[in-house]
Amino acid sequence: MDAMPKWADMLLVPLISLLLAMVISALVILGIGEDPWAALKLMVQGSFGSTYGWGYTLFYATNFIFTGLAFAVASHAAMFNIGSEGQATLGGLGVALVCLALPWPHWTVALVAAMAGGALFGAAWAFLPAWLAARRGSHIVITTIMFNFIGLAVLNYMLVNVMRPEGSMDPASAKFPDSTNLPSLHDILALVGIPFSKTAPANVAFLVALVACVLVWLLLWRTRFGFELRAFGKSESAAVYAGISPTKIIVVAMLISGGLSGLMAVNNVMGEAERLVLNSVEGAGFIGIAVALMGRNHPLGVLLAAILFGFLYQGGAELALWTSIPRELIVVIQGLVILFTGALDNMVRMPIERFFLWRRRNAQAGE
Amino acid sequence: MGDQAPAIELRGISKAFGPVQANKDISLSVAKGAIHGIIGENGAGKSTLMSILYGFYKADRGEILINGQETQIPDSQAAIAAGIGMVFQHFKLVENFTVLENVVLGAEEGALLRTTMSNARKHLTEIAEEYEMDVDPDAVIEEIGVGMQQRVEILKSLYREAEILILDEPTGVLTPAEADHLFRILRGLRDEGKTIILITHKLREIMDVTDTVSVMRRGEMTATVKTAETSPEALAELMVGRKVLLRVDKKPAQPGRTVLKVDNLKVVDDDKVERLKGISLEVRAGEILGIAGVSGNGQSELLRVLGGIERATGQVEINGQQIDLTGRHSDGRSRRERGIAHVPEDRQRAGLIMDFAAWENIVFGYQWDPTYNNGWLMDNAGIREETEGKMERFDVRPPHAHLEAKSFSGGNQQKLVLAREIERNPDLLLVGQPTRGVDIGAIEFIHQRIVDLRDAGKAILLVSVELDEIMGLSDRIAVMFDGKIMGERLPGETNEGELGLLMAGVTNGGSA
Repeated sequence: MDAMPKWADMLLVPLISLLLAMVISALVILGIGEDPWAALKLMVQGSFGSTYGWGYTLFYATNFIFTGLAFAVASHAAMFNIGSEGQATLGGLGVALVCLALPWPHWTVALVAAMAGGALFGAAWAFLPAWLAARRGSHIVITTIMFNFIGLAVLNYMLVNVMRPEGSMDPASAKFPDSTNLPSLHDILALVGIPFSKTAPANVAFLVALVACVLVWLLLWRTRFGFELRAFGKSESAAVYAGISPTKIIVVAMLISGGLSGLMAVNNVMGEAERLVLNSVEGAGFIGIAVALMGRNHPLGVLLAAILFGFLYQGGAELALWTSIPRELIVVIQGLVILFTGALDNMVRMPIERFFLWRRRNAQAGE
Repeated sequence: MGDQAPAIELRGISKAFGPVQANKDISLSVAKGAIHGIIGENGAGKSTLMSILYGFYKADRGEILINGQETQIPDSQAAIAAGIGMVFQHFKLVENFTVLENVVLGAEEGALLRTTMSNARKHLTEIAEEYEMDVDPDAVIEEIGVGMQQRVEILKSLYREAEILILDEPTGVLTPAEADHLFRILRGLRDEGKTIILITHKLREIMDVTDTVSVMRRGEMTATVKTAETSPEALAELMVGRKVLLRVDKKPAQPGRTVLKVDNLKVVDDDKVERLKGISLEVRAGEILGIAGVSGNGQSELLRVLGGIERATGQVEINGQQIDLTGRHSDGRSRRERGIAHVPEDRQRAGLIMDFAAWENIVFGYQWDPTYNNGWLMDNAGIREETEGKMERFDVRPPHAHLEAKSFSGGNQQKLVLAREIERNPDLLLVGQPTRGVDIGAIEFIHQRIVDLRDAGKAILLVSVELDEIMGLSDRIAVMFDGKIMGERLPGETNEGELGLLMAGVTNGGSA
């Protein structure tokens, strides 16, 4: 029997970890002479207090959902894909090439084509590390992190030498044609009569991310391939006994993972920037790892954790804007959340497990 | 002996792990100079009790008396100081050290090894002579056999002046001849006044070598009796709590057509060592071919090749059709499609995904079968329903399909694997170590199911290191040694002695 009920594992442990991270963050803020309570209020106000705040929070969350799902899928196959950053970078290249290639008649067509382009480029960037891991035993952590750097270099080369419009000094692509501009949440919610901030960057890609959550859930827990993928992730020796090919699982899981990372570009490149710039991913690939860890590699958990990290990003920006708390401290707070929810998970888990065991024993003794 | 204080006396020992009460109010008295057996099923609490005695766990309640003196044993150093030595099931030896170095390790006399070593060499030779255990002090551990390694473990304890020796399942890795040798050593130690506690689940060993025996069941000490005054049947009943059939009840086999034909099968492992050196055998419908042998002599490779996990050269035919051994056109799945079911030797590493629920495990390996799928998606509801039926028919307890495999006991895990493989109604069933780590009560059930499948006209290839099991179940017995088949015997026309010699590589013409 499990030591504690499922809800405690899924909700209680992350929440207590989060609380601990907040307490330490509060102490740090107190230490530099600011009021932690006011800071928290400002963060909440700034990210959830207005539709403008929501618009930014959900925009960031959309990035994190894609990279979180990407990490989660690979994780279920026991692959530690920390190459999301590079895969999303390449995804951006794919999206940009698609958007600039044709005079797209309507944003819907452009969206579908850009999704295909982003996913394809992201998956392609994951393919080589996957193949090396499956056939040569190269460690996926090493190869994917190397590919992050190569990816950045490729983007740099493409922007400077190939995609930069003539006469421009900026290492960025030309602006995408208007017909590829995605509707923002303002446009979508206006259809049902809900007012929403016009300037916030959240766009239709958020809905794509929600669909991706459902599809990943279906894939992992409802399909044969998902069954085989999870089986392989839990026990390679058992998978081989059952006739499941490790090569197939590793390669396909990494392609899906890379594809999901690449899809992120639909949000940040196509939906917001509307052109391709250097460093458009801005670390979202790494945040995805924390999101997936905190979300227990489950799409619903990833969704919730992504919104939390969206809040930290947006609230952090507000803090930097309105208080003398430096931007670096926001990174400290984000780091603490990652530390407590990811790395120090067992520190919280063990006492909670013990508590549940103690309660159960008392209940039995009372019978 | 008479009024002499017992070597070990335990009073009211209790130990709980979370909700599990591993030891409940256990009292035990072991006389000095006796061989005392402790028998019980897996999970009965034997190992926990011995771990408390050796200082690995601390008892929640109760006291330990050594030679009549109350003794606290907070760690293994204290246990050694109290004169207790322990020989674990899995040896704790440094593989690339010599015998002498292993014996000295942890008992060095100073910063410099030189004097320790020369003293130790003298002392070790004395002990070895006294108890007639011939070992070469300069032999490297990885180059000597398991029987010898075990003697080194015993010597380690004696070197530390242990008066009480605990052996945990010592014969698991030994051939019958090596086990007999071990028992001779143990009797010798007893005659020198040492006290020995032997933990085992094998009734035969208890009857052979012990003076008194204690039976444990579900964390409690259910009985302590003089070995001479009891019988295997009585002990089994005490262990399980009900009457147990120790013999397999089966009719003579009715062998039909040849289902499996293996010819000149060879396997070379990654280190270029030949693991199978040309195996040829046949299994017919309606018969059980038992493969006997000490573990590590190629039986695992044979099962893995036939199950599609490992590559090989040679010829294998199933129902007259050749199967691919290169691994290029075949795997575990294509074997299953050919009607070969496989109950692997290691259910925790291969047969089951321990973190998967029972219902997921009940289709594991067959998840591609259309009956478990509705188009793109798996029919999880249907699978759960089917699992409940299988768990009921195979008496898996508790019968909850949503529980993870790891929360079942060893016997019930094995029943899950058997339910999955046997109910596929395969032409050929490969079974490795069907009852390893399984309770006596479940062994009876598992054996019956295997015999039932045979009686339904299926071919069965059984691999087991338990000679009793091979003798009881098989219709023919092949003995493997060093990647070769040493010979085939009929169970009615052979005995453990003859099989034991074959298992050690000795044929009529001399050593192989």
